[in-house]
Amino acid sequence: MVQFTLPRNSKIITGKTWPKPDGATNVRKFQIYRWNPDDGKNPQVDTYFVDMDACGPMVLDALIKIKNEIDPTLTFRRSCREGICGSCAMNIDGINTLACIYGMDEIKGDVKIYPLPHMPVVKDLIPDLTHFYAQHESIMPWLETKTSAPEHEWRQSIEDRKKLDGLYECVMCACCSTSCPSYWWNGDRYLGPAALLHAYRWIIDSRDEATGERLDDLEDPFKLYRCHTIMNCAKTCPKGLNPAKAIASIKKMMVERQL
Amino acid sequence: MAFMTDRKRVIGLGSAKSGTDHFWKTTVTSVALLVVVPMFLFTFGPLLGAPYEEVIATLSRPFPAVSAALMLIAGFYHFRLGIQMVIEDYMEGLSRKVAIVVMACVSYGLMALGLVSLAQIAL
Repeated sequence: MVQFTLPRNSKIITGKTWPKPDGATNVRKFQIYRWNPDDGKNPQVDTYFVDMDACGPMVLDALIKIKNEIDPTLTFRRSCREGICGSCAMNIDGINTLACIYGMDEIKGDVKIYPLPHMPVVKDLIPDLTHFYAQHESIMPWLETKTSAPEHEWRQSIEDRKKLDGLYECVMCACCSTSCPSYWWNGDRYLGPAALLHAYRWIIDSRDEATGERLDDLEDPFKLYRCHTIMNCAKTCPKGLNPAKAIASIKKMMVERQL
Repeated sequence: MAFMTDRKRVIGLGSAKSGTDHFWKTTVTSVALLVVVPMFLFTFGPLLGAPYEEVIATLSRPFPAVSAALMLIAGFYHFRLGIQMVIEDYMEGLSRKVAIVVMACVSYGLMALGLVSLAQIAL
């Protein structure tokens, strides 16, 4: 359901301003969303100052530096630090992206960091992705076959394998789904760009034998047809993928099997 | 609070097995409007500010009358499909259902009003 204002207990207030590092000449200001489920307070934006001469180039480097040297209570997910795990997805400078591969030189002015939009927050920069993962699970992200398994591997031609390029690279960071207004308003029923991109990845797989069932499951005014080709998903994807194109391809297949 | 698994919440009532028809009709009418809107504008644009008798005479000719009829049919049908999409996006529950029915009545009502008026002029 559409919401144009934040609930009263989600309104963001000004938080603590942490002291500038002593003796630093190249200092950058960070404004970071903070929310602690245990203190009963509204979310706040804390201000930190980071010595850029002693910090790596990526936003994640600065976050780790803040956690290690300024405020150990700052909470965020991170793992691979090279854009493969999708853990450090957050809203940086108004864009959903991965903190580990987003350079601070791409940001003008203060660095503003918020959790992924319109998701329940677990703490600070950590969104609750439980529903998002359940949606991914619902599209059966695995090879479905009815033919007996071959003695060796399921074979696939080079041409058919190429159809999976631009799809299999998705790391499920949720940047796309949480940038989509349709997902904000109807995320309970609309599967969102990430789950639908994965759905198409298996629909188009030449080895998969559940194409019809997969299309049947998606044929729904809300699960699939909430996509209005807004294209925020393609614009924000930190891996450069195009979920909107995958969704359009699913819609095309839906029509093809009826006409 | 309901004790439901996350998977159960996602499944909901399952797939409605519909939506493609709505999508296809929206696409077809939008393509049709790419042709019909210019036809309508080029026919009726010069009539703006024209005397009453000239407007009636033009509307009585087959091509302008058919252009107007196609515009009314394709336009209001496309509007009815589109407004349902918007209502589904922004409303929920009973108000969603009521709004869809009301806007369908408005769309088809305006289409009928336009067609009847056109028939009275053209025939």
